[in-house]
Amino acid sequence: MASLELRNVVKRFGAVEIIHGVDLTIEDGEFVVFVGPSGCGKSTLLRMIAGLEGISAGEIYIDGELVNDVAAAKRGLAMVFQSYALYPHMSVRKNLSFGLETMGAPKAEIRNRVAEAAEILQINELLERRPGQLSGGQRQRVAIGRAIVREPRIFLFDEPLSNLDAELRVQMRVEINKLHRRLGTTMIFVTHDQVEAMTLADRIVVLRAGVIEQVGTPLDLYNHPANLFVAGFIGSPRMNFLAAEMVAGEGEARIRGRSGLDLAFPAADPRRPDQEKVTFGVRPEHLRIADPTSAMLTGEVQIAEHLGGETFLYVSLPSGETIVVEIKGQAAVRSGERVGIDVDASACHVFGGDGLVIGRDAGSELPSSAARGEQAPAQAAPL
Amino acid sequence: MTMPGTSRKSAAWQSVSRHVILLLAAFGMLYPLIWMAASSFKPDNMIFTQPSLIPSVWDFSNYASGWHALRVDFTTFYKNSFLISALAVIGNLMACSLTAYAFARLNFRFRRFWFAMMMGTLMLPYHVTLVPQYILFLNLGWVNTYLPLIVPRFLAVDAFFIFLMVQFFRGIPREIDEAAIMDGCGPWRIYWRIMLPLSTPVLATAAIFSFIWTYDDFLAPLIYLNDMRQYTVPLALRAFIDSSGGESLYGEMFAMSTLSLLPVFLVFLAFQRLIIRGVALGALKR
Repeated sequence: MASLELRNVVKRFGAVEIIHGVDLTIEDGEFVVFVGPSGCGKSTLLRMIAGLEGISAGEIYIDGELVNDVAAAKRGLAMVFQSYALYPHMSVRKNLSFGLETMGAPKAEIRNRVAEAAEILQINELLERRPGQLSGGQRQRVAIGRAIVREPRIFLFDEPLSNLDAELRVQMRVEINKLHRRLGTTMIFVTHDQVEAMTLADRIVVLRAGVIEQVGTPLDLYNHPANLFVAGFIGSPRMNFLAAEMVAGEGEARIRGRSGLDLAFPAADPRRPDQEKVTFGVRPEHLRIADPTSAMLTGEVQIAEHLGGETFLYVSLPSGETIVVEIKGQAAVRSGERVGIDVDASACHVFGGDGLVIGRDAGSELPSSAARGEQAPAQAAPL
Repeated sequence: MTMPGTSRKSAAWQSVSRHVILLLAAFGMLYPLIWMAASSFKPDNMIFTQPSLIPSVWDFSNYASGWHALRVDFTTFYKNSFLISALAVIGNLMACSLTAYAFARLNFRFRRFWFAMMMGTLMLPYHVTLVPQYILFLNLGWVNTYLPLIVPRFLAVDAFFIFLMVQFFRGIPREIDEAAIMDGCGPWRIYWRIMLPLSTPVLATAAIFSFIWTYDDFLAPLIYLNDMRQYTVPLALRAFIDSSGGESLYGEMFAMSTLSLLPVFLVFLAFQRLIIRGVALGALKR
């Protein structure tokens, strides 16, 4: 178990800078997920922590010890690869024990640790097989087992679930979560799937183009996205965005959009310009179907998706913008119907022209502090 | 009902004619070999007079007398051949796979340049380097020893095998190397414990062709070996023919020639499945 600290970490491939000075502190025992679109540098960052990629600038500390020049194997980490990277010519048992043998661990200890890992992952009956004879899920277990036997200070997972089918992915997600509870070891998990991030993480690190966009607990990011990117990336279906302008007023500002959107917005910064172009964001579940004559917005239902537990309406507004409305349970709404929509003013977000959220409350982590990694360690995620 | 019948008939005809043509071609290709094998069972005086491929009398004495017909018997020649071939195989496998691993996985200065140089040597005919090489080995005092035939093999001179192995190594996912790095392996251990065990097809291919090419080689032993006790099998076979116009032992020569095919044949039989896998790795020619 160990803490990890990144200080202004930079990665360059030749003249191209991939990671632009990342600061991050991960506490002992935390489960942190790096999430972001492909090419955002999340895997590169993980590989730099692992020691598989060099560090162009900045420092990485594990338990307060500078590890920039420490070889990968000496950092006390274990990594689970996307393709599992099992040794095809070795039995499962050998796959598990190979690293320990390389490090010269005593035979009895190797046997114990392999047995223990096999027990945890329930792969006892697979120990004599070759990786080629295993299914995807079994290979995944072996790959995790190979990490467990090393009793690492930190587990690194590089998109380990992306090669599994949907059902197995959910199952393995639960197992990794259980494993974290059982071992209590610090884990860093890379994924591009925001559902994986939300369900696994104590804290999520959202990356884009080599920069940390926001760090926080899953619900923190969901409820208080620091910027447009995080708002759009976390949550499914994604947050609705409408073009709007913010009109300054006494004590409160008003948000006005083209399709009749008109909301009071508290805590407008008096320094902000009047009639500033902003983006108004509201999640589908914070919209309500209402009587078209009295509702704030009206529009025509393009598509109604009836999922049983909830219903999604894709409503086109007079301005040409489309907005998604989530209705709990089953609703007798058909496509083509005209509906009114009311907005829950307390749950909406406003983003300035620079993409940063315009503050409503002080509870959320501000993006500037998030980018500097100064936030307090997260509480356990409500899972 | 006539249409399917006729088409089936014509298909059958096509098949028959195709096989006849193939059989004729195969016979044409095999004829010299069959003739040699048949002649090895004939007494000397019948080899050039009796045209039939099937000997009228089966005479096995050529084999017995051929073995001891020369000043040194064939036990020695086979020993020599096997010694040189075995060492060549070991040398090629070790040196070429190490070199290939370096090209495929390690980073060093001017790697691309050295790789291009190495590939360039593929285009150099053996005969171009023959004379300088001979002078070099002569000055080293290696002429009339096996060293010129063996030592270079331990220095990865066979660019073709290196290329073949580089291609194969590149096909092994890098994540496996990285997993080994995380498991504490250095380059040597990755090479020895991960790369080599995963490369049996390409190693087998290289081993087989190394063996056959060395065993069959005539030119290099001819140049470097003068003492008959050092001769390899191909050199010994030539010794049956007296180029100065004396008596040539044709029957014995054909018997020993036929016999000399046996090791190659057995190696091929034993490893043919591996060869096919190896050939599938990439075009194989020389």
